Amino acid sequence: MDNSGRSLISLEGLDRDDILELLRQAATFETKPDRKILDGKVVATLFFEPSTRTRLSFETAVNRLGGRVIGFSDAATTSSSKGETLKDTIMMVSNYADLIIMRHYLEGAAKYASEISPVPIINAGDGANQHPSQTMLDLYSMLKTQGRLDGLDIFLVGDLKYGRTVHSMLTAMRFFNPTFHFISPEELKMPAEYKEFCRENGIRFSEHSEFNEKVISEADIIYMTRVQRERFTDLMEYERVKDSFILHNDMLAGTKPNLRILHPLPRVNEISQDVDSNPKAYYFQQAKNGLFVREALICNALNLL
Amino acid sequence: MEKAKKSEQLVAAIENGTVIDHIPSDKVFDVVNLLGLTSITTPITIGANLTSHKMGSKGIIKIADRYFSEEECSKLSVIAPNIVLNIIRNYEVAEKKAIPVPDEVRGIVKCCNPMCITNHEPMQTVFRVVDKRNGTLRCRYCGKDIPRDDVKLL
Ligand SMILES: [Zn+2]
Repeated sequence: MDNSGRSLISLEGLDRDDILELLRQAATFETKPDRKILDGKVVATLFFEPSTRTRLSFETAVNRLGGRVIGFSDAATTSSSKGETLKDTIMMVSNYADLIIMRHYLEGAAKYASEISPVPIINAGDGANQHPSQTMLDLYSMLKTQGRLDGLDIFLVGDLKYGRTVHSMLTAMRFFNPTFHFISPEELKMPAEYKEFCRENGIRFSEHSEFNEKVISEADIIYMTRVQRERFTDLMEYERVKDSFILHNDMLAGTKPNLRILHPLPRVNEISQDVDSNPKAYYFQQAKNGLFVREALICNALNLL
Repeated sequence: MEKAKKSEQLVAAIENGTVIDHIPSDKVFDVVNLLGLTSITTPITIGANLTSHKMGSKGIIKIADRYFSEEECSKLSVIAPNIVLNIIRNYEVAEKKAIPVPDEVRGIVKCCNPMCITNHEPMQTVFRVVDKRNGTLRCRYCGKDIPRDDVKLL
């Protein structure tokens, strides 16, 4: 028995049609999230690193599809803290579950698990590497709010150096002719390898070190990320820039009516509270979209659609 | 040419076997390990820090009565692509072989990313050779690129 072909480890292997098909399926789940498609199935959620938000979203998806959930939410409570290998944990759990959704602090853990597991694996984040369900829900939110994915002006703001969500967005959007605007402090600029990726794939981009009303006036999407203190080698620099990459409501006055603001959450202070009531704020609905996207991903992994 | 010849003569000639030439001086013992020469019973001469007008300093390994397969040789590409293998028959160089660069490298190289799963599980490393000219490896698991100069053997 080899189900590993249905695993979802990263979005790199998906083409334009695969992505659009998954988004179309997510849209059908949004019209009717409660279905008994997983009746009789057991899904394991193995969180070797805690991530309450992602785990609840996946577990809600399983429950709304009528499946049952087993698993753990923190490796400290499992045998891997006693030195058990990942392989042994995966082999043991695959005896019980039809699908394994896993998050791990090590990069490549999900890929390895998919090679040894007799049941499919969904990667719910492997260290700084991949988090495909987050990227799919970002794309779903863009498609839903803009009515299209093609030709969007997307502004990525904040930590563009370490932010894995912004990196996978570049990869996934390469089929949709976007224009990216990278707005970040000098220390957290988009790495050269990703700019090279954009050039190779004909993706237009520009870089800005200022975040203000004028810069964002043409935006269809503003994607905010957190500027974390621990990412800076120069703490003076952090103190100098920490308030320069915060989105305030008064910056949105002159923006396009179709603009929507996204954020992978959790937010700290990079979007000020007064933005929340602006109709252009979309980050809470964005998180809700994760449920429909994950329903689609789970059914795909189990070959049930 | 004269100088190179002289340094080769520092190590004894062999009748039949393989002479591995143009090894960077600091990689001589990596070559010994990669080819498993420590478990070979035929005579082996190892020369290191020899003068080379091309490389400044180089190493040579002469192995009597032993020839290496394509697969064995291709392992050497991860550390030193310019190594040349001379096949010796009857004291003559019968053939000069360049090192073939493989598409994939399994279980020889360590991933340089400390957060890579391969550094924490008892498993085989796998790299795709993404840039054959410069010898850049990409980890199949964490996706990190390793330039040839940073390659560390397991
Ligand atoms: Zn790696």
